[in-house]
Amino acid sequence: MMFKRIVGTLVAGALAAVFTVSTATAYELVMPSLDYRTGPYAPNGIPFANGYHDYLMMLNGRDGGIEGVPIKLVQCETAYNTKQGVECYEKVKDTAPSRSLIVQPLSTGITYQIIPKASVDEIPVHSMGYGRTSAANGKVFPWIFNFPATYWDQAAVFVKYIGEREGGMENLKGKKIALVYHNSAYGKEPIRTLEKAAEKFGFEFMPLAVDHPGQEQKATWLQIRKEKPDWVMMWGWGVMNQVAIKEAASIRYPMDHFLGVWWSGSENDVLPAGDGADGYLSGAFHAPGDTFPVHDDIKKHVYDTDKALGERDRIGEVLYNRGLIAAVYATEAIRNAMKIHNTKEVTPTMVRDGMEALDLTEDRLKELGLPDFTIPVKVTCDNHAGPRKVAIQRWDAKAKKWSMITDFYDTMNDIVDPLIEEDSSAYAKENNITPRDC
Amino acid sequence: MFYREAGQFKDNYASDQALFPIAQDRWFVMIVMGIAFVIVPFYIDDYWTNAIMLPFLIYALAAIGLNLLTGYCGQVSLGTGGFMAVGAFSTFKLTTAFPELNFIIVVLLSGAITASVGVVFGIPSLRIKGFYLAVATLAAQFFLVWMFNKFGWFLNYNPTGQIHMPPREIFGVLITGPRAAPEVKYLFVLIFVSLCALAAKNIVRGRVGRSWMAIRDMDIAAELIGIRPLEAKLTAFAVSSFYVGMAGSLYFGIWLGAAEPIEAFGIEQSFLVLFMIIIGGLGSILGSFLGAAFITLMPILMKNFMVDGLGLAVVTAKHIEITMLGVLILFFLIVEPHGFARLWQIAKEKLRLWPFPH
Repeated sequence: MMFKRIVGTLVAGALAAVFTVSTATAYELVMPSLDYRTGPYAPNGIPFANGYHDYLMMLNGRDGGIEGVPIKLVQCETAYNTKQGVECYEKVKDTAPSRSLIVQPLSTGITYQIIPKASVDEIPVHSMGYGRTSAANGKVFPWIFNFPATYWDQAAVFVKYIGEREGGMENLKGKKIALVYHNSAYGKEPIRTLEKAAEKFGFEFMPLAVDHPGQEQKATWLQIRKEKPDWVMMWGWGVMNQVAIKEAASIRYPMDHFLGVWWSGSENDVLPAGDGADGYLSGAFHAPGDTFPVHDDIKKHVYDTDKALGERDRIGEVLYNRGLIAAVYATEAIRNAMKIHNTKEVTPTMVRDGMEALDLTEDRLKELGLPDFTIPVKVTCDNHAGPRKVAIQRWDAKAKKWSMITDFYDTMNDIVDPLIEEDSSAYAKENNITPRDC
Repeated sequence: MFYREAGQFKDNYASDQALFPIAQDRWFVMIVMGIAFVIVPFYIDDYWTNAIMLPFLIYALAAIGLNLLTGYCGQVSLGTGGFMAVGAFSTFKLTTAFPELNFIIVVLLSGAITASVGVVFGIPSLRIKGFYLAVATLAAQFFLVWMFNKFGWFLNYNPTGQIHMPPREIFGVLITGPRAAPEVKYLFVLIFVSLCALAAKNIVRGRVGRSWMAIRDMDIAAELIGIRPLEAKLTAFAVSSFYVGMAGSLYFGIWLGAAEPIEAFGIEQSFLVLFMIIIGGLGSILGSFLGAAFITLMPILMKNFMVDGLGLAVVTAKHIEITMLGVLILFFLIVEPHGFARLWQIAKEKLRLWPFPH
């Protein structure tokens, strides 16, 4: 009896939910969010997803959406797993009424899976500073965007920064630089660039792989202790970051010579190592902290109205702000699309045009409540990677704060550009794509 | 009432040896196949193909493969992920080296290559038994995945360590890649899996299958009645790997289209397929399908029910889903340790007696 009653309630609830969903008729902007709040990558997935969610909810609360059209946020849990990511993508892509306007997978593996599919489904993908680097070439990848910079730009900038710290690029000769990387497509991305840079500047390059999920790194750091590289770079994600920084601290590796990719530089990554992590460096393209006017709006319209998924005191963490800026890029692209096509009922195809015409100036960022938050971004038809500039931030373990310590560096075009050209034309050839004219 | 074999007489050997000796079973299977081949292709879309049907069918094929080895021959294997990787990488190398080669032949060849690798890793089974063999096959898992990740030749020197399936046609119809129609992919895999399941069903009823089962039940007794363990065990490894290799080939070629060795073919894959046959039923072809359906479809079903139906938060639904899946596995294993196939059999027995059980 009891069982039947429970089943009955569940079925009734399900039916009611289905019917309430199908009665919505007004136009909405569908923005999917492929989150991962479970699994070994959750510590990094949660703040990013919260930032993305909160900014969109803030727009809905404050402005009624984008130019008055409400945003429909569709969440799907991927657990950073490629197969679940594919399931999520297929599930959300045709969500009524506008279809998915822009997809942000936040996983290089899932991005690789989605790139060919999205190009056929005609849905723009923004892999913001991750994913396939050669997607920077908009001639071959019209639907894929990876601004504001690629992995290869970051690797190049890191070499530049190390050169500067060593007192000039010529001093790189004979130095030993190790790369601790997640043994996946993501972690392997920078290897070719660093190999090229090693050739050019004469340093010794030492790649060290860490297998998924990255909890076991004793052997890797034993090797670092033995080989004593002058610098260590890291391409890590999820628990791997915390473990690496803890291990580095335990072998007393100098933190000011340990440099993480911008996915390895958030509060979650350094806090577990305590004071040992003081001085750890990482790449960055936006400021940390919750001191910007936009954060006040978020607190007012999202947290005060109980629409938030996260905790109030975690607003402004590095990855939170990154999710936020991802949402800013996406919504600005949609706004652009509305302007270009002169309609409020935009489709994914229009949003792609909006992305390609994206020109986010400092003035516009100020209007959005983000003064001095990040660099201006300008995307064009052939350059989908935007400004390709990277700065360095440092962790202060006493104050428990990240702070930017350098200006934005330009990438090394002489190393990265030929690689992008080579890789994208190989992809075009393999898949019978004729690069379009820009 | 409906399921009764009274009045069905078998007056020749052919009808006695039929795959489904009971008419109702025969009709049921035919109707299911009819729906799968004729009706489903008209309604299938991208989501149903890529998220539901392809994973189900491909994992069912892998589960049949492992079931032949573990369920019928009694050799525990944890190398399934590694063997699927062999199938996938063979497909990648073959299809990039010989773009003109028909994809059907590519899949079959990938299976054959995997079979030969499987035989090599099966040799220790002549000396090692039970849990110890499981550990030996675990070595295959780690070694194979490490090898594919380590040597650039297998990846065609792709700097990111990924393999990509280029678009391929058979008989002028695009079969792989994002532009292939969902119903074409589905039908292609369905035909493969149906034929393979039919072949497996017949293998296990024949001399070879019986020798496997004899080895499984008591290897010393099997030897005494004249079954050569070397031959029986190695054929089991070969046939099993052939199936798993084809599953790996379809998994990479048709379903995913891109794969990286560690994530796509890790140890989790081996466990997943092993769970499928344990839950579905060891030593049963039907069980392979039921187990694959449970493991691949249950999470999606629960997720869609909780998120779209009940409107739960996505992350809460995920946590409940993980917990519920564990609870359900426990529940079914306690209720029926021999898996879904046995439940199905019991249901049929009961139906025969219904409405007068005794």
